[in-house]
Amino acid sequence: MSDPSAYPVLDIQNLTVAYRQKERWLRVVHDLSLSIEAGQTYGLVGESGSGKSTLALAVMRYLGEDGAVQAGRIQLLHQDLLTLDQKQLRQVWGKQIALVPQNPASSLNPTLRVGEQLAEALRFQRGMGTEEARQNVVELLKRVQIPDPQRVADSYPFQLSGGMQQRALIAMAISVEPNLLILDEPTTNLDVTTQAVILDLLHELILEGESLRQLAVLYITHNLDVVAQICVRVGVMYAGELVEEAPVEKMFQNPLHPYTQGLLGNTPRLALSKSAQPLQSIPGQVPSLGELTPGCTFTPRCPLAVEICEQHPVFERVGEDHWVRCHRWEEIVSGAVQVWGTGADTSSPHRDKSRDAADVLNLKDVKVQFLTSRSLGEFVRREPPEIIQAVNGVSLEVERGETLGLVGESGSGKTTLARSVVGLVENREGSIHLLSVELPERLSQRQVSTLRHLQMVFQNPEEALNPHLTVGESLQRPFITLLGETSQQAERKVSQLLAAVRLPPSYQDRIPRQLSGGEKQRVAIARAFAANPDLLIADEPVSSLDVSVQAAVLNLLKKLQYEHDTSLIFISHNLAVVRYLADRIVVMYLGNLMEIADSRALIEPPFHPYTEALLSAIPGGEVGVKVRPFRLGSEIPSPTEIPSGCPFHPRCPRYLDQICAVETPPWQTDEPTGKRYYCHIPPAELRAIQSPLLEGE
Amino acid sequence: MNGSALEPSQISQSAAPVRGRRFRFILRQLYKTPTAAFGTTVFLLFLLLALIGPFIAPYSANEQVPSEARQPPSAVHLFGTDNLGRDVFSRVLLGAREILILAGLGTLSAILAGTLIGLISAYQGGWLDEVVMRFFDGLLALPALLFALLLLGILGPSVWSVLVVIFIVYTPIVARVVRSVVLSVKYKAYVESARLRGESLGWILFKEILPSVQPVLAVEAALRFSYAIFLVASLGFLGVGVQPPSPNWGLMVQEARETFSQVPWALYFPAAAISLLVIGVNLMADGLKKAMQESAGE
Repeated sequence: MSDPSAYPVLDIQNLTVAYRQKERWLRVVHDLSLSIEAGQTYGLVGESGSGKSTLALAVMRYLGEDGAVQAGRIQLLHQDLLTLDQKQLRQVWGKQIALVPQNPASSLNPTLRVGEQLAEALRFQRGMGTEEARQNVVELLKRVQIPDPQRVADSYPFQLSGGMQQRALIAMAISVEPNLLILDEPTTNLDVTTQAVILDLLHELILEGESLRQLAVLYITHNLDVVAQICVRVGVMYAGELVEEAPVEKMFQNPLHPYTQGLLGNTPRLALSKSAQPLQSIPGQVPSLGELTPGCTFTPRCPLAVEICEQHPVFERVGEDHWVRCHRWEEIVSGAVQVWGTGADTSSPHRDKSRDAADVLNLKDVKVQFLTSRSLGEFVRREPPEIIQAVNGVSLEVERGETLGLVGESGSGKTTLARSVVGLVENREGSIHLLSVELPERLSQRQVSTLRHLQMVFQNPEEALNPHLTVGESLQRPFITLLGETSQQAERKVSQLLAAVRLPPSYQDRIPRQLSGGEKQRVAIARAFAANPDLLIADEPVSSLDVSVQAAVLNLLKKLQYEHDTSLIFISHNLAVVRYLADRIVVMYLGNLMEIADSRALIEPPFHPYTEALLSAIPGGEVGVKVRPFRLGSEIPSPTEIPSGCPFHPRCPRYLDQICAVETPPWQTDEPTGKRYYCHIPPAELRAIQSPLLEGE
Repeated sequence: MNGSALEPSQISQSAAPVRGRRFRFILRQLYKTPTAAFGTTVFLLFLLLALIGPFIAPYSANEQVPSEARQPPSAVHLFGTDNLGRDVFSRVLLGAREILILAGLGTLSAILAGTLIGLISAYQGGWLDEVVMRFFDGLLALPALLFALLLLGILGPSVWSVLVVIFIVYTPIVARVVRSVVLSVKYKAYVESARLRGESLGWILFKEILPSVQPVLAVEAALRFSYAIFLVASLGFLGVGVQPPSPNWGLMVQEARETFSQVPWALYFPAAAISLLVIGVNLMADGLKKAMQESAGE
């Protein structure tokens, strides 16, 4: 990359950006310098609140009335962006700088067809005529690998999936042949499989762009693994500052800043399981605006903080191309100090499926259907409502103390299955037994004695707690309702419960608004464990939390589950997280189970083709570990029209022939790994065509 | 990055004072915008007059002095006298109490019933919700005034009938508003966890759901109240509500209409009182809406 002919396309010097909150100006980006050369993809990594999106907005000169650049310079090629007036800015926007935003649905005009919107961009930015623009639209959509470009061009945004919308926006961005392409979390809201396809596409486009002309890319994300896959150089942002910057390999192999090390340590990797080591967790949380300490901003969370850290560290060059903002980097490099301990005490053993353990939960042929609502016309014409087959015959058992991971794309039915177990979804067929007692379909028909054995933790921490009750009041409720205790008895147990989730007793007087997302989720977990349930269902409990907070919550969940000998069903779309936590993993697709495997065996062939696709969709985090791409072209079909035969056959890259489309596949058992999977291809054959997924392991 | 980021000073405070400060916070917010400040002041002024009216009114409401009939406003009769020689100022003053009590009680009962029906109907869902809401749709399909006339035709004109009319006309509207909020809260994780730990219906409705409805309810109450004032006055004007010789503002406007050319002041002052109070309460409701949003975002 240190090509002498390289010149910076984007050059930011000492940039300080602030937002006005009431009368005060709060700094969001502080004295930040970075430059991106032509042909370079720069990954800017940071958690929410780190100021990365503000930086992008500042570059776009799109801060709004409450934001202002207080100092510094932003230069695009030879132009000083900060001095441009509104008219000149319009020349820059969409011609020299293009942005692909996080949420494609809100970035497309819902009232215009996608083709019209693309054509408009071409006409205004490239000066094409109406007819010429129309022809170019199809070409553009082909470039972003949309299989039937004409249909997409003629569709309204709401008729397209999130992945398709994002492709259309990428097409719009590259159509103007910008000098600078800003990608702001472009795949965060997408399914893993779609994310993988979009990342491949971006990678190709960037490579193509580099060879054709000079393009600089600023890729903003909170996901280090995505950066590893797509970027050349990485900057890690914390509390408005760059704390480390290095070429991507160096950053992953030899991270220096304690924060970077922490981030890398607290992302579950596919190769990691809970018996191996606990996830690294960084204590505390990202500081909010106006809460910054004068010294090193990471001091409050840093295990290495000493006196000198109260002074602000400079951004030092520590090697060719490697910069870090830490007083103690030399000690870290030499190995004199270790930032994060091994913390082996919290690891918990992997459980093997034993013969004698009793089943806590037993599902037999569970089916859940919903009916779509009909329009008046359909009602009058006596057309039957469409049936949404959310769960389509699931049989499963969970043992005492076992962690069962449930994975699948959104729309696979995993949440519906969980909700029918706890009784929040009715219209169920088949039987569910909890501790050998049959569970009635309706929640209102279940006894309190049943309820106390079965609890659930939900996805969104913001909605987990009643905003009008104090934490203490919320935590007392399960003791009162499930265990029949008096409120005095319950009150005494609250601080104990808080201590179990590592929160101080003073928290009982707080209301949820005064808690961070991670803290709210801890309280929700405490509440779920209060009545000592036999089975806990956790539905994506960490997916809306910041990366550095996720690990702490996962470790906590694991610890409590182990202590209480509770069985856990852990639902997630993230296979790496599931594999880290689970003893057994169930892969679900369109309401059907596809594969049941011991979590250690999951990454060994034979795989169900769907599992294979999910596994290879995980962005390649560990540099050096090559993941063989195995992509799904299309997206998950609507659950109103489940394909015949094997539900996966229309998307299956290993589609055999007619048999897959007509006959329901058998359950195959692979003797060496003990896996069971739902496919026509026998294990020996699958094994022959599939190689181990992780070459590094 | 977001505006709701907590400041350290806020974190250390416990919940109880936060709740206690809520009322004062909202009042402060109301006085931040000029229109809301005006509306609130007008409302509070009328409330004060209603309370102390009987003590400061120079004459009684129905005292007729034929010799002093049709006098223009003067120092003795601030708003003049009407055709029958009654003091208009005293009548307007004493009418404030009546109209505030009637509209207030009517609104209160509609709010209570509407909230209860909205909560239960939305939470239970299914056929109950369907039946209740279709019935209310039917009621709402009739224009409020027409419906009121119909009811009064059946009930006969009296103070109690006016109360019943306000109750029946506004309950469905309140129920619908409450219902829409409940539907958005009903599936939140904290309500679902309450169900999973077997909380009673009462706890779920009043402790888990109702607090989220409260801000909307406060705004709705203020808005309904302003409409109720207008409805009471309208019914008085049409002669089907409160009956003479009561100092109902609407009734006063109606009575003064015939002698408008000779004693215009007997019409102007009660009409102005109606407008001022309705506009005031309306502006206050607008301000309240904003204050509630601010309070939620604080």
